[in-house]
Amino acid sequence: MDPTKLYEAFSALDHPGFWQDAYIKFYKAWFYEDRWVNYFKGLGTTIQVTVIALILGVLLGVLVAVIRTAHDQQRPGNRNPLLGLINAVCKVYVTIIRGTPMMVQLMIMGFVIFASSRNKTMVGALSLGINSGAYVAEIIRGGLMSLDPGQAEAGRSLGLNYLDTMRFIVIPQAFKAILPSLGNEFIVLLKDTSLISVVGGKEIVYFAQAIITKTYEPMYPYIITAIMYLIMVLIFSWLQGKLERRLRQSDRR
Amino acid sequence: MIDVKNLTKSFGSNLVLDGIDQHIYPGEKVVIIGPSGSGKSTFLRCLNLLETPTAGTITFEGTEITNPKADIDSIRRQMGMVFQHFNLFPNMTIRKNITLAPVRTKLMTPAEADKTAIALLRRVGLEEKADAYPAQLSGGQKQRIAIVRALAMKPKVMLFDEPTSALDPEMVGEVLEVMKELAQDGMTMVVVTHEMGFAREVGSRVLFMDEGHVMEEGKPEDIFSRPQNPRLQEFLSKVLH
Repeated sequence: MDPTKLYEAFSALDHPGFWQDAYIKFYKAWFYEDRWVNYFKGLGTTIQVTVIALILGVLLGVLVAVIRTAHDQQRPGNRNPLLGLINAVCKVYVTIIRGTPMMVQLMIMGFVIFASSRNKTMVGALSLGINSGAYVAEIIRGGLMSLDPGQAEAGRSLGLNYLDTMRFIVIPQAFKAILPSLGNEFIVLLKDTSLISVVGGKEIVYFAQAIITKTYEPMYPYIITAIMYLIMVLIFSWLQGKLERRLRQSDRR
Repeated sequence: MIDVKNLTKSFGSNLVLDGIDQHIYPGEKVVIIGPSGSGKSTFLRCLNLLETPTAGTITFEGTEITNPKADIDSIRRQMGMVFQHFNLFPNMTIRKNITLAPVRTKLMTPAEADKTAIALLRRVGLEEKADAYPAQLSGGQKQRIAIVRALAMKPKVMLFDEPTSALDPEMVGEVLEVMKELAQDGMTMVVVTHEMGFAREVGSRVLFMDEGHVMEEGKPEDIFSRPQNPRLQEFLSKVLH
């Protein structure tokens, strides 16, 4: 049955029943004037923003975690003053980002710092990346610190230098340990992209709201938005589970 | 071979090593005994700079390794270290555990390292475990692999930090056996241990440490049969029953 014909048939009724009415509203939220295309436009933006924010967040996070760990692992009495200064900057960054709401950070970025920018989607991606970096940094730092110091000692005592020890011994093990929390952080990031609509980022919620202003019917656009996010998170969780199982290979007995 | 002068180490206000002077000669098997907290592990860990001494100098074959400009990585390549808790890399197979350092430090090509690894594994009877992961091995097997991993770097001296203390009793023997063979081959060894039988049988010199000092040293037969220091007498009466 053609959805449009069904819609026209139901609309012609004087007193549509419950399901008929529901169908009419759903039709208006999805099929009418090819509105579904807009959701997918929004989905494209959401994925794009997530990827940009993810890359930025991981880069910032690794950088801050390495600086903070290197600073904390210095031998007492042999501290590098420049590293101390950079470490203090990193601490301020983490404190401010973790101490203020994402939404407020987004509005400060969108309406104050980049008030004149016209590409609000990019401003949103930038804010999310900066926000995510602080959390990723703490996750990575926790992973590096949780590893038995004997592992790094074994590497160094074999004559491997600091970088090789990190690359082959410390980081692979720390990565495996932090993968669940990192996955969690990425899911939060993916869902937080919905916030960028407050500064005018054109992701799924933005288009859903645009449809609502025409139909005055919020239920279906928001439910569709929710389902789209849920599907993305489910796909991501599945991929994460696969990766975790692969990394557990060395645990089998 | 290793010359230690006035070695002092303190953690905060806690003085762990108090001006130790020692010389380790090539081919010697120095066994360090003493109660826990006596500084024996710290002494051993200072020898390859896993702990940075607070004061004093350590010289390895003419290179002062306590000098901040010394290339510590190249010195550590010549000093094998075996830990109480094995510290095998759980994310790598046994083969990779053994070959990683020789290959990365360009001591050997991957093919040479692999040949060395297999030859060494055969020596300790664990050839068939080359492609297993550490989690699949028993404690005794892990420690034998850890010894092999250190030997693959062809070190001039081997440092053992309580290599049998974390093992179940029935696995102590197999690890000591490997260490005895190593001693017979003429390897210079510094061993911190609670295995008095091993100290007596293999040691060419025994150091008794307490409160950051070497309280008494000498040939094993003198240390165990005719201890002079009252603390050593007390310690031996507690551990030899």
